[in-house]
Amino acid sequence: MSASNPNESSVNRREFLVRLGITGALIAGSGLAARKLWQPNHFVPGFEKEKGLQLKSYAQEVSKVLPSLAIAHGTEHDKTIRAAMGLLGGMERFIQHGDVVMIKPNVAFDRPPALAATTHPDALRAVAKLCFEAGASKVIVADNPINSPTGCFFKSGLSAVAAEMHLDLLYPETNSFAPLSLTGEILKEWTFFNTPFKQATKVIGLAPCKDHNLCHASMTTKNWYGLLGGRRNQFHQHIHSIVSDFALMMKPTLVILDGMNVLMSNGPTGGRLSDVKPMNTIVAGTDMIAVDSYGYSHLLERDLAELTYIHKAHDRNLGNKNWKDTLYKEVTA
Amino acid sequence: MKFDLKDLLKLRNVRRAAQVFFFALFLFFVFVTDLRYLKGYPVSLFLELDPLVAFATAITTHTVYMGLLWSLLLILPTLLFGRIFCNWICPYGILHHFTGWLLGKRRAEERERIEANRYKKLYSLKYVILIAMIAAAIGGTLQIGWLDPICLFHRSMSTVILPVINLFIPSSIYVRQYFHVGAWAIGFILLFLVGMNVVIPRFFCRVLCPLGAFLGTLSVASLWRIDRDPTKCVDCDLCLKSCEGASDPHTQLRKSECFVCFNCVEDCPEDAISFKFMPELKREVTAPVVPGRRAFLGTLVGLGFYAFGRTSGASDRNYDKKVIRPPGSVEEKDFLDRCIKCDQCIRTCPTNVLQPAVLEAGLEGIWTPILNMKLGACDVNCTLCGQVCPTGAIQRITIEEKTGTGKFAEQGPIKLGTAFYDLGRCLPWSMETPCVVCEEVCPVSPKAIYSREVTITKRDGNPITLRRPYVDPTLCIGCGVCEHECPVTDEAAIRVTAVGETRSPERRLLMDGGDVSAVRDLGKRQR
Repeated sequence: MSASNPNESSVNRREFLVRLGITGALIAGSGLAARKLWQPNHFVPGFEKEKGLQLKSYAQEVSKVLPSLAIAHGTEHDKTIRAAMGLLGGMERFIQHGDVVMIKPNVAFDRPPALAATTHPDALRAVAKLCFEAGASKVIVADNPINSPTGCFFKSGLSAVAAEMHLDLLYPETNSFAPLSLTGEILKEWTFFNTPFKQATKVIGLAPCKDHNLCHASMTTKNWYGLLGGRRNQFHQHIHSIVSDFALMMKPTLVILDGMNVLMSNGPTGGRLSDVKPMNTIVAGTDMIAVDSYGYSHLLERDLAELTYIHKAHDRNLGNKNWKDTLYKEVTA
Repeated sequence: MKFDLKDLLKLRNVRRAAQVFFFALFLFFVFVTDLRYLKGYPVSLFLELDPLVAFATAITTHTVYMGLLWSLLLILPTLLFGRIFCNWICPYGILHHFTGWLLGKRRAEERERIEANRYKKLYSLKYVILIAMIAAAIGGTLQIGWLDPICLFHRSMSTVILPVINLFIPSSIYVRQYFHVGAWAIGFILLFLVGMNVVIPRFFCRVLCPLGAFLGTLSVASLWRIDRDPTKCVDCDLCLKSCEGASDPHTQLRKSECFVCFNCVEDCPEDAISFKFMPELKREVTAPVVPGRRAFLGTLVGLGFYAFGRTSGASDRNYDKKVIRPPGSVEEKDFLDRCIKCDQCIRTCPTNVLQPAVLEAGLEGIWTPILNMKLGACDVNCTLCGQVCPTGAIQRITIEEKTGTGKFAEQGPIKLGTAFYDLGRCLPWSMETPCVVCEEVCPVSPKAIYSREVTITKRDGNPITLRRPYVDPTLCIGCGVCEHECPVTDEAAIRVTAVGETRSPERRLLMDGGDVSAVRDLGKRQR
């Protein structure tokens, strides 16, 4: 082939510069990108440092005049919860105008209300109504159940109450969680159901009173289990330490223990009406350890000495297990 | 463009409106097949309208189950007007019509489009497929679900399209992401079938669709059809330009191939084509053309499918421990008589436990539902899978029937299988660690999982008191929540296998089937 093919015109200066520029820019670009993305050090997978969020306290200042524990006996959720709240000084003591209230029910299992394994819809309705009466601008209901979330909220009757009362029902969705940091006995870093707390200004725990196969009981302290995600099935290896850590993790405005119908056996799932005993009692208070102490000895009717987490929490100054030493009142609605 | 009511009411536009309506209705039903929105919508209506489902299950079960009677509604217009379903109602046909338009030769020149819509011998393949499926059904295995367009579209929606939407837009469809075993295969089949529209327009509908073949056979008797007036025709072949069915409207119409889309009527510049009542028989090819030897071959393949599947033993003594069927399922051989692999049960399952089988249930059971406890567990107070099953493979049971309560206390609960411990993997049994999550979540009362407190000496010499779990097989219902919640997540320390399921006497575990009267009289569990 001849070196000077007449059909082949040589590149002009402009084209030469443009083509050289494009190639040069690509070389420089890949070099810069590689430099930017280069990771010169190795790391050990699974041991990266995490820094989670800190949960603030939602508790009110301690009152020297008003009781911190209220026990009301009655047969209807609405009246009895109202009576218990009356003893504490009314819902207005806790909820002010414009508050966004997060109510945390226990909806762990797909159970109808009669089996007493989940927060009763009448209890949710009564508490939500009191919140709105006190001026709450919005009430959020959220839980991360063990069984399927949609099934649990549907069958417990809580999604119906949420629709009826215009409550914000938040399901534990994929993006609902964020890492939480805690200096617990066992619980240090854990994935946390965070979306409700982006808006909430007040937090109310609303738990049924239940037998529990491993922990002996599931009441207002263990209720916060439903705010965590991830591998919760490891908690059982240190169940009492973990449950006492919940008292450190969550400083609620108020907790309410629903002892109208108590799951006495086969907990925490129940399954038969014969597992349920009517105890016709609502316990409300600002100290979940005091509330649970009353619940264990007077509603589940068992010996408080065996409920390890209560003693752990008491010894760590996270609550008072001697509920009789606190300012309490009792009434029959 | 000037607005013209007469233009707007052209048959082609009426058809388009129907297509949009039925496609939207299908999508609506798919979307609301969820516990939160279900309410009572007839979400399996398209499957119940499908006459091939009714016909084939009638062959295998000698009955027409509940809503399948609706299929008569579709047979009637087919006998009057031909395969009107294919281009007016069928959501899968509409998908291929639309994607074919989108990806296909719409911008190609007229001649090329005309050539793409001429009839090909290949199009008789669907009749061979239909014959094979009917032969398999006569043998005793229902396999229409492989290619029946409604089953295929529902399956693709449940296991691929919705999970993929949720993958890109988290929590748009499910609260938590759903997973489906082998979804990639179903996804690529969908992509392949859609993509083939580029090579042959309406590839699936013309070449593969057994429902199209079934309706094509029925339309032999149809009273109306597209007819060409040879005195007006100038043989320009423009009628083929947009012919969906490739039914040769430019010559003798192939009645069984025509989708009644009416495009030819409007594409004809000479007004030679019309939709006519009882036109002359000599100007049509009335019946589908299927060479006899190929029909015979199809019969052999269908019977072979049944015979080879059965003699592999997966539905008999060699059944797999992983074939745990949904609650209310009929006995395995009857299940294979009824299940159309539409995977509506998988769509509606609120826990993601239902999965399309790959090869666990054998050749015949591919894509039929089984429970995978890694992905979910059967919620006790739930019978949704049976509510949406159009064929009764999963019967429409009540909660009382499922849990053996109320009137059904005597017969006891439906058991899906039985849980067994793998003691070497169990933390309290082998690793000196407290646990019993399995006991906690066990949903029956009294609990089928119970534990005994033991004090053991640890390796370091210190004592530890913990509870070790056991299964009571008379009480276990095989729901799998213990396996699902077990902290040993790769292969749980407690696993449910199919043995002990109540649907089949051959697969029971205990001689008395779990002594229910004794169970009922059990006192409250002692801690």
